[in-house]
Amino acid sequence: MFAKVAWHSLQNRRYTAILTIISVAISTFVLLGVEHIRHEAKESFSKTVSGVDLIVGARTSQVNLLLYSVFHIGNPTNNISWQSYRELADDPKVAWTIPISLGDSHQGYRVMGTTDDFFMRFRFGKNTALSFSEGEAFSQLFDVVLGAEVAKKLNYRVGDPILLAHGLGRISFSMHDDKPFRVKGILRPTGTPADQTLYISLQGMEAIHLDWRDGVKIPGKKVSDSDIDALDLTPKSITAFMIGLQSKMAIFSVQRHINQYPKEPLLAILPGITLTELWQMMNSMENTLRLISILVLFSSLLGLSTMLLSSIRERQREIAVMRAIGASPLFVFLIIQIEALMITLVGIIVAIVVLAIGILLIQSTLAENYGIFINHFSINNQTLGIVGIIILSTFILGLIPSLSAYRMSLHHGLVERS
Amino acid sequence: MTAIASVFPATPSSSTALDAVRIKQLYFSYPGKLSAAVLDIPEWRIKQGDRVFIQGPSGSGKSTLLNLLAGILIATQGSINILGQDLGKLSARKRDAFRANHLGIVFQQFNLIPYLSVLDNIRLAAYFGNKDSSDIDLRAQQLFAALGLNRMLVTKQAGELSVGQQQRVAIARALINSPEILIADEPTSALDSATRDTFMKLLINISQMQGITLVFVSHDIALAQHFQHVVNLTEINRARISSNVR
Repeated sequence: MFAKVAWHSLQNRRYTAILTIISVAISTFVLLGVEHIRHEAKESFSKTVSGVDLIVGARTSQVNLLLYSVFHIGNPTNNISWQSYRELADDPKVAWTIPISLGDSHQGYRVMGTTDDFFMRFRFGKNTALSFSEGEAFSQLFDVVLGAEVAKKLNYRVGDPILLAHGLGRISFSMHDDKPFRVKGILRPTGTPADQTLYISLQGMEAIHLDWRDGVKIPGKKVSDSDIDALDLTPKSITAFMIGLQSKMAIFSVQRHINQYPKEPLLAILPGITLTELWQMMNSMENTLRLISILVLFSSLLGLSTMLLSSIRERQREIAVMRAIGASPLFVFLIIQIEALMITLVGIIVAIVVLAIGILLIQSTLAENYGIFINHFSINNQTLGIVGIIILSTFILGLIPSLSAYRMSLHHGLVERS
Repeated sequence: MTAIASVFPATPSSSTALDAVRIKQLYFSYPGKLSAAVLDIPEWRIKQGDRVFIQGPSGSGKSTLLNLLAGILIATQGSINILGQDLGKLSARKRDAFRANHLGIVFQQFNLIPYLSVLDNIRLAAYFGNKDSSDIDLRAQQLFAALGLNRMLVTKQAGELSVGQQQRVAIARALINSPEILIADEPTSALDSATRDTFMKLLINISQMQGITLVFVSHDIALAQHFQHVVNLTEINRARISSNVR
C-alpha cells in the first residue's frame, strides 16, 4: 500500500519527479563514474610494469628514475657506463636484464634502444608478456619494432621505412635521415607507455650516432653502410636497465649492492613500491575529484528534499484525508520517505545502466585512441557501498520533508483552520 | 431502497445501552501560553443510531470538536467516550486504528486523494481498518449501488470526478469499514441545491439503513429538517467565543 500510494503520488508530480530523478541520476553517474575510472586508472597504472625486480639508473630520485625509464616522461640525469652495466648484469644473482637507451624520437614518440630480452622478459598487467600483432622482434641493425599506438596513429605497416629524429621534440630539425629504419614488427596494445614507443637494437642506436658528436651531426662525415658492419657497435653507455633476479630473496641485497656501487653513482628501485609512491602523489587530485562528486550528489539530494518539502504544502488536504481514514503520522512520514527513496533508487538504476552502457561504448575508443584500458562496469562491493551511502543520505535528507509532513499530520488536524 | 435493505441488513439501533458519544467535563485549549479555552462542555451525549445536527457559527469550536471526536486532538481535561471507549486512554496508534474502524468522516470537499483511483481511495481506507481486501471490492460495489454511483467510476482517478460524485464516493469510502459513527463536516457546502438534496437524502437513508449514528456539522440551519436532534454548539459549549479562536 505504501509503495502504491507513493508511486501514484510521484506520478501525479511526474515532471518534477522526473527532473529530480535525472538530477539524482547525473550525480550518481558522476560519483560512480569517477570512482570506477579512478579505480581502473590505478589498476592499469600499477600494471605498467610487472615481473621486473629492480630498475637501475644513474642516481636521481626514485620517482624520476621510474618516470623516465618506464613512462618515458622527463629526462635521465645521467647515463650508466657499459662496463658498469655488464659488471652488474653478470652478477650470478641476476637472471636477466633489459637495457634501456633513450634519446631519439619519431614524430613525438620516443625511441628506445634495447635488446631481444625486452620482448621476452618485459611483463605488464598481470604478468602478461608482450606479443606481436604483426611481424617479429628486430634482427637486423636497422630494424624497428613499433608500439601499437605508434603504428596505428602514424599508419605504419611492417616493411615501411622510418626516419628517426635526434632529440625528443615532435618537430625535429636534425634527422637521422642518412640511416632509415624498416618496420620489422608491431606490438599488440598493452595500455601502457609501451604502446607509445619505438624499439630498436642497442647497436642500431649506436650506428645512427656514429657520425654525430655531442648531439650534432659532423658535417661531411658519413659512415657508409658497408663500413658499419666492420665497426664495433657496442654502446659506450645506456640510460637505465631492468633486472630480473634468480631469486626474489636477493632483491634487497642486490639493491644495496647497486646503491653502494663504488665505480659510479647508481640507483636501484623496486618498481612496485615506486609506482605506489607515484600514485600517492596523485592522491590529492583523486580526493578533489571525489570531493567534487560527493558535493554534486549532496546538492542533488538536497534538491530532492526541497522538491518534496515544497510538495508537502500542497498536500495538506491529502494528509488530512489520510489521517481521517486512520493513517498514523508514521504512515504519512513513511510515504514521504518512500517517495524520496523511489526517486533515488530509480536515479541510481538509471545512472548504473547509463554508466555501464557508456563505458561499453567508449571502451574501445579509449583503448585505441588513448591507450587507456578500462574494464566494463561491474557492481562490486565498493559500488554497493556507495549506493548504500546514497540511500542513507537520501533517508537523512528526506527527514526534512517527511518530518515536516509528520508534524503537519500531528498538529493540523482534519479541518483546515481559518 | 429495498435493494439497500437486502444488501445491508439493518443492525439493531437504539436498544443498546451504549452511547455513541459521551462527553464529560470536556475542557480543551490549544497548547500555548495565552490560549483561551476553545471548548468547555460539561456534559453531552449522542445515543447510538441517532442522527444529530450540530449547528454553530464559524469560530464556535466546531473544527476542534470534530478533531476531538476523531481522536486527532486529545482533551486537555475531562473525557470523550466514543462507543464506550475513552479516547484519552488510548495510545496515539490505537486512536488512529480506532478512527479507521469505528468512525467515518466526510469533509466539505477534497475528501479523496486525487491521484489515486476511486477504488484505491476506498482500498486505502480499508487498509487502515485492517479489513480483508477480498471483500472490499464487493462491498464497494454495493455501496456504489446504494449511493447511485456508476460502477465504472471506480477505475477513474478521484480528481476526475465531479464534486457531487466525489462527495458520494466520500460516503462510500467513509462506510467501507462499517463504522458505527459517521461524522460529516459541512459535506454539502460545495454542492448546488439540487445535488445537495439528493446527497442529503442518500446520506440520511444509508445511515438509517445501516443503523449508523450520524453527526452532521453545519452552519446551514436549513438542513436541520433532516434530523431528529438539533444541537447548537454555542449552547453546550461554555467557552467564551472570541474572534481569534483557532
